[in-house]
Amino acid sequence: MSRYIIRRLIQAIPVLLGATLLIYAIVFALPGDPIAALMGEKRMDPNLVDIMREQYHLNDPFLVQYWYYLVGLFGGDFGKTFAGVPVTDIMAGKFQVTINLAMTALVMEAVIGVGLGLYAALRHGRAQDSMVLASTLVLISIPTLVTGFVLQLLLGVKVGLFPVAGVTDGWRSYLLPGFVLAGTSIAYLTRLTRTSLVETLRADYIRTAVAKGLPRRRVVGRHALRNALIPLITYLGADLGTLMGGAVITETIFNLPGIGQQLFSSVYLREQSVVVGIVTVLVLIYILANLIVDLLYAVLDPRIRYE
Amino acid sequence: MKKTSTSVLPAGGALGDEPLLAVDDLHVEFVTRQGVVKAVNGVSYSLNPGETLAVLGESGSGKSVTAQAIMGILDMPPARIPRGEVRFRGTDLLRLPEDARSQVRGQRVAMIFQDALSALNPVFTVGSQIGEMFRVHRGASRRDAEKKAVELMDRVRIPGARQRVHDYPHQFSGGMRQRIMIAMSIALDPEVLIADEPTTALDVTVQAQIMELLAELQRESNMGLILITHDLGVVADVADKIAVMYGGRIVENALVHDIYRAPAHPYTKGLLDSIPRVDQKGQELYAIKGMPPNLLAMPSGCAFHPRCPYRQDNCVTEAPPLYEIGPTRSSACHYWREVLDGSHG
Ligand SMILES: Nc1ncnc2c1ncn2[C@@H]1O[C@H](COP(=O)(O)OP(=O)(O)O)[C@@H](O)[C@H]1O
Ligand code: SF4
Ligand SMILES: [Mg+2]
Repeated sequence: MSRYIIRRLIQAIPVLLGATLLIYAIVFALPGDPIAALMGEKRMDPNLVDIMREQYHLNDPFLVQYWYYLVGLFGGDFGKTFAGVPVTDIMAGKFQVTINLAMTALVMEAVIGVGLGLYAALRHGRAQDSMVLASTLVLISIPTLVTGFVLQLLLGVKVGLFPVAGVTDGWRSYLLPGFVLAGTSIAYLTRLTRTSLVETLRADYIRTAVAKGLPRRRVVGRHALRNALIPLITYLGADLGTLMGGAVITETIFNLPGIGQQLFSSVYLREQSVVVGIVTVLVLIYILANLIVDLLYAVLDPRIRYE
Repeated sequence: MKKTSTSVLPAGGALGDEPLLAVDDLHVEFVTRQGVVKAVNGVSYSLNPGETLAVLGESGSGKSVTAQAIMGILDMPPARIPRGEVRFRGTDLLRLPEDARSQVRGQRVAMIFQDALSALNPVFTVGSQIGEMFRVHRGASRRDAEKKAVELMDRVRIPGARQRVHDYPHQFSGGMRQRIMIAMSIALDPEVLIADEPTTALDVTVQAQIMELLAELQRESNMGLILITHDLGVVADVADKIAVMYGGRIVENALVHDIYRAPAHPYTKGLLDSIPRVDQKGQELYAIKGMPPNLLAMPSGCAFHPRCPYRQDNCVTEAPPLYEIGPTRSSACHYWREVLDGSHG
């Protein structure tokens, strides 16, 4: 098992390198000069510009610049912004906000999606089942932007049930944006849960469990559920990355100072080190989430063994 | 501790005239998009303690559906039981409220299935699946249940039971998995065990071992055994009597040696003739020609008439009743005499 984990982590290195190189190249290729963008409308001292260009290796060829960046990265140094702030300082606070948001969304997705899916599956083919299915379709077809603004207006502004924007109300600030971010995922997970349980309830071993004279709640709650949950764990794990990456729109609507917002302004400012830093951490989170999912898989399904 | 049986049902003991288990004029249908599938059309058979009844018939003849109706594990809907009784020690299980019925299911009437790999839950250890019978029905502790599981695995002769109790189904061979199914089914000493094609998925040598094990367990416990199979060769040594099914009906009921000596229904005769025999080595095997009947469009008169070498004109219009042709024998054929005589000659 531990050898498997080490192998997976080693395999992650080329992925990480590839992803950073790609992002670095994209930001490099963007038109415009980063120093000029930093100064905005202000006129600047040409000497200062030269010093800055030297300091940030902006005069070196692309691959040399990337090399300097990598060397720093492996020493845990994500570099500095053009204004001299360490990138790690910027990321720490922003990632906290986005992680709070994504985790709120993930918990909502798991609770609501699995709950609704199980409810629909246990009433398979009846009116309640059709109603759940229809509402998931609605949820899937409305864009996040629309659900976001509508819910913000209704529940935030009109009813005043939730904070309208910002992160000043602690965990309550994350409830509404979390739900908006989770929206489509909730719908997909509901459908997946429903299908998974309905399929599982048709399995031969469920018939065996019934033939053993077990009470229905044990047949469903133990024999069926344990098997039906396996594909859902995979989905949830993979979705964590999607939720973190998809937080840009939600963060903008609800004015949450997370990495989505930061990424947006950093791309605008050609802050290579910040953009690549954020993406590197995102890729890392994605890789770790997938690794954890695979390990959970082996715990849930004894037929799977990792060597 | 939970109660072993409810007051509704008599406990074991003398039965008088009533058999241990009696299926009486059972009908089962499935409501499907294509129409109502009449899978079981008036099946009757009975079983006494210590007796082995073989239920024989081609695939699709309604053997499993009958067994599932006895167990009460049919999904209703789509299934429904418009007529019939399943009497266990004189009580009709079909009229029993669910809580009383679940006291019978698995505890007093148990069942094993064809494919033990899919019939066992892949995510639980075999020990926990066997022990579950004691945990749920007897309120046993986890430790006691595991001890019982090891004892049962020993009893069905799984080598190294104490170590293997923590293994999962996929870690066993096909034969060993079927032994685990058997261990689970006999856990609470059922009075009736239904084995639905228990050896069909296995190698020939393993098949014989499983049949031997079932016969041995039955001798020890005096339970009644219903052995469902489509292979007449499998049951010759272990069965006491045979019920032959065709198109959801019983077409012949007989003691096993009577049927081997001389079948009284053309379908049974066809089945017997298609068993490979040592003295016919190399010859081409006989096979009943034609296809099993379509349950949505059953042939008129005798359902077997399109395939029957004994067919006469009235077979197409008159459905034969199940004629009592002896004290322990019946046949659903107008011309059973001719078939019997033909078999002798
Ligand atoms: N759930 C179901 N829905 C519709 N038809 C069914 C269902 N289960 C069984 N049947 C039909 O009942 C008939 C008898 O099936 P079965 O008892 O399994 O046959 P076998 O003798 O091979 O065990 C088959 O023709 C099958 O198509
Ligand atoms: S009743 Fe007629 S068709 Fe049916 S089995 Fe007998 S001889 Fe054949
Ligand atoms: Mg069958």
